[in-house]
Amino acid sequence: MLASKIETMEKPNIFDEMTGVNGDDIRAPYTDFNAWFDGEEPARLRKKQREAEDLFRLTGITFNVYGRAAASERLIPFDIVPRVISGREWARLSRGIEQRVRAINAFLYDIYHRQEIVRAGRLPAEMISKNAAFLPQMMGVSPAGGVYTHIVGIDLVRTGPDEFYVLEDNARTPSGVSYMLENRETMLQMFPELFARNRVLPVSNYPKMLRRSLAACAPAATSDKPTVAVLTPGIYNSAYYEHSFLADKMGVELVEGHDLRVVDGRVAMRTTEGYKAIDVLYRRVDDDYLDPLNFNPDSQLGVPGIMDVYKAGGITIANAPGTGIADDKAIYSYMPDIVEFYTGEKAILQNVPTWRCSEPDSLAYVLDNLSELVVKEVHGSGGYGMLIGPTATKKDIETFRRKLKLRPSNYIAQPTLSLSTVPIFTRSGLAPRHVDLRPFVLVSPDRIDITPGGLTRVALKKGSLVVNSSQGGGTKDTWVLEE
Amino acid sequence: MLGKTAGGLFWMFRYLERSENTARLIEAGLRIALTRSGSTDEEWISVMQTAAVLDGYNVAYDGVVTRDQVIDWMLRDRDNPSSVLNAVEYARNNAKTVRTALTREVWEAVNECWMSLKSALARKVAERDLPHVLQLIRQRSAYVRGALHGTMLRNDIYNFARIGTFSERADNTARILDVKYYVLLPSAMAVGSSLDNVQWQTILRSVSAEGGFQMAYGQDPRPREIAQFLILDRRMPRSLAFCIEKMRANLGYLMSDYQTRLPCHDLAEKLALQTMQSSIDEIFDTGLHEYIQLFLKDNALLGQQIEVDYRFTQ
Repeated sequence: MLASKIETMEKPNIFDEMTGVNGDDIRAPYTDFNAWFDGEEPARLRKKQREAEDLFRLTGITFNVYGRAAASERLIPFDIVPRVISGREWARLSRGIEQRVRAINAFLYDIYHRQEIVRAGRLPAEMISKNAAFLPQMMGVSPAGGVYTHIVGIDLVRTGPDEFYVLEDNARTPSGVSYMLENRETMLQMFPELFARNRVLPVSNYPKMLRRSLAACAPAATSDKPTVAVLTPGIYNSAYYEHSFLADKMGVELVEGHDLRVVDGRVAMRTTEGYKAIDVLYRRVDDDYLDPLNFNPDSQLGVPGIMDVYKAGGITIANAPGTGIADDKAIYSYMPDIVEFYTGEKAILQNVPTWRCSEPDSLAYVLDNLSELVVKEVHGSGGYGMLIGPTATKKDIETFRRKLKLRPSNYIAQPTLSLSTVPIFTRSGLAPRHVDLRPFVLVSPDRIDITPGGLTRVALKKGSLVVNSSQGGGTKDTWVLEE
Repeated sequence: MLGKTAGGLFWMFRYLERSENTARLIEAGLRIALTRSGSTDEEWISVMQTAAVLDGYNVAYDGVVTRDQVIDWMLRDRDNPSSVLNAVEYARNNAKTVRTALTREVWEAVNECWMSLKSALARKVAERDLPHVLQLIRQRSAYVRGALHGTMLRNDIYNFARIGTFSERADNTARILDVKYYVLLPSAMAVGSSLDNVQWQTILRSVSAEGGFQMAYGQDPRPREIAQFLILDRRMPRSLAFCIEKMRANLGYLMSDYQTRLPCHDLAEKLALQTMQSSIDEIFDTGLHEYIQLFLKDNALLGQQIEVDYRFTQ
């Protein structure tokens, strides 16, 4: 019966989170969903799917596509089949995430202070000194509350019932949390009955927690009700919707660089009643653009002099400048060591095995096995500039080989994992598609909060491994069931 | 509130008001073209003058006036900053900038306004579709206004939105009078000639007030009454007196909210007092045209002063 509804797997041994490895089972977390789905009319679901898209468009949950016409706004496709994670699976995952995030913060403190990890010989010095993501201006700076990464997104992939890997850490300005929240809202509106049958852990208090967590990191000298603001590059930025969404839900001002200036040693925003000091700035602007006086002098997006105020303790910038050194793809390969070094424990979450092309032996191996590997630019993001060996043409591989030989240290390589799938709803019923997961983590001086679930991105094209929204990926609501 | 947000609200509602007024002017122009045989070029020129888009048109079309070109220029030409399509897009961009100040209803109304007009104006509008498209423009702008009234707190956000609306509306009504004042002068032509009747009707139609006028003044329009109605009648929501009184009141709320009196408050009160104390006879005695031109200038100055006083820009 299932076979008629579920497209057959193209490859054996791929773990489907709903139907297992052979596609002939219904795994426990999906039992209720499956029963509900079986009783639904496909025509009604298709109508619901269209309704969801209309709703997203009306609400303006769109993203701007770079490199296209200025006014080009697109929806991220939303799939109505939830991705379901059991409470037990989540408990282990969240322990691993918390451990990793603690290590990342300890690592950042160390890198910008005594660099014990380098002294201990666990990380080569040039990984720091020659890294573009390392910010010398941050040396000796201690952010309020000791927090560097107030908001972290950890990208996970899964290959089996208990096998999760960290694909990458996002310690700069991770995005996507608004989709996590809107996806849940949409599902609640469309299928309230599903939530009556399943006890799904809520995500809706994320904005409140974000605000609390940001306020908790205000500079010591500020009042007991710190002023928080979100800094956006503006309405043409691809994630502008999310910036305005978060400011709105937190009840704080959404500012742009030209709203701000340094007044009396504080960063202040221009209000209808004059300049008002800001205590915590949740910036969604990259380090480079943050301060034209200290970084890129051409930046129109930042605030001249904000770094000086920051170093003097006049403002908290979240995330702290220079956190990119922790999510750099070359540093990534050292993460298991980093976790162990700072926590004294083995890393709970596995890294994907990674070859650093800067090392001659690794490079030789990678060049010999290009058609089997995924090769990524160390500083790339958004799925651009990478080679997916197994699906690439011979020509692509040869082009990439030349690039790789030219600047080996610019690349890392990883094996292609058989990523898990979760069904999506298509015209011909359910069909398995590869997914990843980005849980969102909030760090305060005294606690770490992980919102249950996170953003599930799904490659909508059959067989595709690329889940990035800029390249045809979609999203799903992600459920963590109460134990 | 951020100064930028105040400015965004002000301009969002100015542009929405502008899109609606442009649709009305086109309707009035179409109507006069229907009732007139022979050339209607002069009428279309005065329509564009009223909308302040004539100079741009002459550059774009080498001064050749045709009905279809004029309508396309006013509705959807990207090179015309005041075309309906541009105005609605600017309104929405401003709404995006001030998104956190708006209720979901207001944001969705303006977003839907943009989506539906973008699709309605994607191609040149065929003659038979014009009435529907013009109605759609007015309707969409009314939805936003309705959402504003029905869902927004009466605070500074609301006041800046309203000030933008009335600043644009006062400007629009004054421009209609500025371009057409001569048909209201006693010396213009034999009073009651059929041409004047058409012109007078056009003026009333440009402000959607034929019915309202009739209700207030009876069947036979007389020029002095029309002027009275559009300039001084405070029952009429598009009259100069009504608009300036609203601006004064909304600025007054801001003054008490913020507990700060600013130069724009003096200007608004002076302007409101002037209209309140004028009579239509005085206005005609001192010169209708001069009066209107002075009002246009004062209204523009008031807008600029508000922008400075509330720090819309750096």
